[in-house]
Amino acid sequence: MKYTVTKNNKMIAIIMMAVGVLAIAYGFMTNPNRQWANLLVDNFYFMAIALCGTFFVAVQYMAQAGWSAVVKRVPEAMGQFLPVSAVVMFIIFIFHGHDLYHWTHKELFDPASPEYDKIIAGKAGYLNTPFFLIRMVLCFGLWILFTRMFRKESIAEDLDSSFKHFDKSITLAAAFLVIFAVSSSTSAWDFLMSIDTHWFSTMFGWYTFAGLFVSGMSVTILLILYLKNKGYMQEVNENHLHDVGKFLFGFSIFWTYLWFCQFMLIWYANLPEEVYYFQERWEHGYKTLFILNFFINFIMPFLVLMARDTKRNKKFLFVGAAIVFCGHWLDVFLMVMPGTVKAEWGIGIIEIGTFLGFLGLFIWIVFHSLAKANVVPKHHPMLNESLRHHI
Amino acid sequence: MANFKLVLAIFDDEQPLLAAARRLKEKHIKVKDVFSPFPIHGIDGLIGVPRTRLAICAFIYGATGMSLALLMMWYMMLHDWQINIGGKPNFALYQNLPAFIPVTFESTVLCAAHLMFWTYAFRSKLLPGVVAATPDPRVTDNKFAMQVWATDQTEGEIQTILKETGASEIR
Repeated sequence: MKYTVTKNNKMIAIIMMAVGVLAIAYGFMTNPNRQWANLLVDNFYFMAIALCGTFFVAVQYMAQAGWSAVVKRVPEAMGQFLPVSAVVMFIIFIFHGHDLYHWTHKELFDPASPEYDKIIAGKAGYLNTPFFLIRMVLCFGLWILFTRMFRKESIAEDLDSSFKHFDKSITLAAAFLVIFAVSSSTSAWDFLMSIDTHWFSTMFGWYTFAGLFVSGMSVTILLILYLKNKGYMQEVNENHLHDVGKFLFGFSIFWTYLWFCQFMLIWYANLPEEVYYFQERWEHGYKTLFILNFFINFIMPFLVLMARDTKRNKKFLFVGAAIVFCGHWLDVFLMVMPGTVKAEWGIGIIEIGTFLGFLGLFIWIVFHSLAKANVVPKHHPMLNESLRHHI
Repeated sequence: MANFKLVLAIFDDEQPLLAAARRLKEKHIKVKDVFSPFPIHGIDGLIGVPRTRLAICAFIYGATGMSLALLMMWYMMLHDWQINIGGKPNFALYQNLPAFIPVTFESTVLCAAHLMFWTYAFRSKLLPGVVAATPDPRVTDNKFAMQVWATDQTEGEIQTILKETGASEIR
């Protein structure tokens, strides 16, 4: 059965996008700096969600997982948003990279200049504009390429029942996971960690990855629940929901583990060059959000999703996923804002409007790509196992 | 009050055993227990095994471990002999909390895992020195056994069901 994009879907998506465009225009008129940083927050967040879609599909193929065959079209469709985030990321970097990323200032690398910064100059081999652009092209290029190849094999499989699509997808998954292992870390350093140019953390790649996976899972769950509610994907039962719920629960804890490790080691060692990252997040009114981040992304999903029955219940799962979806936006917000706009931050019309705009665009693209193929794949070798999934 | 007696049936495979369990359930005949060399998927619902309460135990044990660890560290580091480590605030538990989290976490996991193991072993009568309650030693190798509660009225019916579904021995 194919999904049909309803008039309501389109209308809501268009209204959200219109609100987004208005909020972005308003932001550029009143406070362009804050608006650009804000675009980076939303674009990175939705890029992470889209990337999680492709990553999830790859992991399922690599592990030859049986249970996930019925739900795999949802993460596949999420991946189709990647080209949009690539375009927006390039726009952000080309038009406003100079203000967002401190290391783009040429004088920092010039020993004769009074602005010369020895520490940043030492990072010149990695943090320079040409290499940054090359990394960006490579990352987005490979992600989009693999997303398309997975999608092509998956749709071709619906038409003929041959095993070769499954086999080829496994090969693709193996290659993609190696690329993802490197590129998820480098993109996290590039887009987020390099904002605080002096600072570095070896946990950062993992920490961003954990956020990526958990926010992607929350969107997968929300989409599955929506489709189920509309009468599609009736094959997905509480056993499959239990499994995606376990992913959401487990990776929320994993995210907390990394968040806390990064914080605790730096807090304990108390070295000035490391600790200022958290000092920035303790001042200018960020303190409440910083503590809220921990509660909303750990305590709330932990309590809501701990019991087996709640993971199997659509309402509880919806609440858990919705909390995580909002909470991880806040996490990305806290990774970007203190380093870019410092005290100028706010969560108001600009932030909420831009978020809605991105969400509308995301809904538009994901729902249209869901409509292009069967919501449940047809000749997937694991489909039969998945339909009988019982835990 | 009718006289209950146990009927023991030995099966060579799990599928006939599942079929027997299904038919006994239809007749509302109570199965006492099933013994198998490996877990049989879906048998719990058929023979009326209630959901495990081990998860509740795990939560209680975890909470105990957490409290004990915090109490221990509060007593050692803050109450009995205050130690200034690296200039960290050392007069209140909540100010020092991040430094105490790793030990608290480990203690939570240690208590939860160990006590859950012992609870499980105790409930399953698997403690050292306890004689195994298997009705037939072959259920640890290749046979599947089912114990059914029978009365004088139902015994004949049970025998028929067990025979029809393919029990290799009935005692």
